[in-house]
Amino acid sequence: MDNSADGTSTTKHKFMLFVSGMSVKSGHAIENLRKICDKHLRDNYELEIVDISRDTEQAVIHQIVAIPTLIKIQPAPRRIILGDLSDKEKVLRILNLSE
Amino acid sequence: MQKKTKSHSFLFPKTPTGVDGLDEITDGGFPKGRPTLICGGAGCGKTLLSMQFLIKGITDYNEPGVFMSFEEPSDDLTLNVKSLGFDLEKLKADKKLVVDHVRVERSEIEEAGEYDLDGLFIRLGYAIDSIKATRVVLDTIESLFAGLDNQAILRAELRRLFHWLKTKGVTAIITGERGEATLTRQGLEEYVSDCVIVLDHRVIEQVSTRRLRIVKYRGSTHGTNEYPFLIDEEGISVLPITSLKLDNEVSSDVVSTGVPGLNDMFHGGGFFRGSNILVSGTAGTAKTTVACYFANEQCEKNEKTIYFAFEESPQQLVRNMRSIGIDLQKHIKKGTLQIHSSRPSLNGLELHLLTLRKLIKEFQPTTIIIDPISNLITVGSEHEVRSMLVRLIDMLKAHNITALFTSLNKQTDNFRPDLAEESVSSLVDTWITVRDMEGIGERNRGIFIIKARGMGHSNQVREFVITSKGIELLDVELGPNGILTGTARQTQKFKKSISDIKLQNEISRKDREIERKRKVLEANIEALRNEFESAQEELSTLKATEELQEKFSKKK
Repeated sequence: MDNSADGTSTTKHKFMLFVSGMSVKSGHAIENLRKICDKHLRDNYELEIVDISRDTEQAVIHQIVAIPTLIKIQPAPRRIILGDLSDKEKVLRILNLSE
Repeated sequence: MQKKTKSHSFLFPKTPTGVDGLDEITDGGFPKGRPTLICGGAGCGKTLLSMQFLIKGITDYNEPGVFMSFEEPSDDLTLNVKSLGFDLEKLKADKKLVVDHVRVERSEIEEAGEYDLDGLFIRLGYAIDSIKATRVVLDTIESLFAGLDNQAILRAELRRLFHWLKTKGVTAIITGERGEATLTRQGLEEYVSDCVIVLDHRVIEQVSTRRLRIVKYRGSTHGTNEYPFLIDEEGISVLPITSLKLDNEVSSDVVSTGVPGLNDMFHGGGFFRGSNILVSGTAGTAKTTVACYFANEQCEKNEKTIYFAFEESPQQLVRNMRSIGIDLQKHIKKGTLQIHSSRPSLNGLELHLLTLRKLIKEFQPTTIIIDPISNLITVGSEHEVRSMLVRLIDMLKAHNITALFTSLNKQTDNFRPDLAEESVSSLVDTWITVRDMEGIGERNRGIFIIKARGMGHSNQVREFVITSKGIELLDVELGPNGILTGTARQTQKFKKSISDIKLQNEISRKDREIERKRKVLEANIEALRNEFESAQEELSTLKATEELQEKFSKKK
């Protein structure tokens, strides 16, 4: 993906969200992340949702213990956030995004 | 999974651990299909024990296993157990083992909202299913508590994990670090596990011993004591004390003691094979010499012998024995004799026991000699020494090995025997004492048999001397006040020989007198005979004269 050049000042964000099947927390996490991204990053992000109940090897590769887990791959530094992302302010702070 | 065997008596389903001795005290192994907690402080051997459980499961029982490590990376683990002769890489390649390193970096992780440990569950489930594992190890799960903040979630999830493991039907080991007031840091695992084993590492008088104890075992009986265990190049071995039974086979073979006169003191002509013999005595009473005689004798008969010397080096022992005409070197060369020297304080008692055990396994001796057993006491407390000796003797009996121990006692006083004697004397089958007999400015050595199970024996104290030709038991010399030794013996001998000579003289004098009398008698007889003959002659002359006269008168 082309991530260097974009209209906005922020670099393109790349996320991986690990969920497991149809669990309630996983659903919440997807919902919460979508909301945050749509509001703050608009189209300038890329999100990969991995269902580890189907794609187990990914869980091993990425050292997933808790579900749901969000990994911010870009921009550096790499951050890992556990939980359903319901604490919006904390998520924003960690991702270094402002309102 | 193995199916349960239906029998008239219910057997709690168990998974053999493959750890030497542990199956005995757990009465068959860990609870099958249930979680077991192993907890203890640092360096207790938690990881090793669980690893051995997995590896032995694969190699001995063909049960694939999953090792989920929260602390060490897979490569480190592989390297660590390589020294035990296990090749994890090969097991992994054979699809018998999965090692999954779960890394939780606190610095990288933030928490925002509710979560669960499904990731862990899924990974574990995947690993289990991929090789159809029946054994699982989680080492050390509480690392999660260090990595994650939300304790409430973790506790709930841990509880769920234990139940989940049960429904999976895998036999699991969870290791945990020791807490301050509780068995584990979180105080949780011990309640949800079906079996809890505590490992402990204690230093008593500068000697460290590892110990193992089963705290709980749902649904089964188990040994409740603390059992010492050892970690060596073959992994962990637990040495159970009480599980050994007294049902070893006995032999009626008799082996010679090697000391000619001593054999005669036993009505059977020596020791029973497989029995154990204690030779006790004060310093310098030739305990070692007696022991070496026995070793020499056994080697002559091509019986493999191990000599454990806790005081002398092999070279010194060989040299010293040469001075009394025993050549141990040739037996060493031939391979029938091994001498092992070490300081008792080198190891803890348990390690000594293990060394013995391993050497016995390797060398397969029929005779062992421990010289002196009393030196081991410096290493442990009375209780420990006793329990170690019990186990040692049990082990030797089980292998039908004839064992001779020497024991140094500090006092000559028989009523206050020393610790070693006290500990061993009731266990040994034959007890010989060598002692000093002091009096009239000299010291003599005496040997006597205190007990000999199953064999009649002499009740006499026999004096013995050690010359360049070796030990010689002297004949019993009875004096008016009992048995005589040393100078008293010599005096007695001297007196006896003088009186013998006197008697001899008297006899020969009497003989000569008789001879003389006989000669006189004979002379008398001769004289009478001569007289008689001359009278007879006279008579015959007279008769002849008379006849002549008659003739002449007729002619006229």
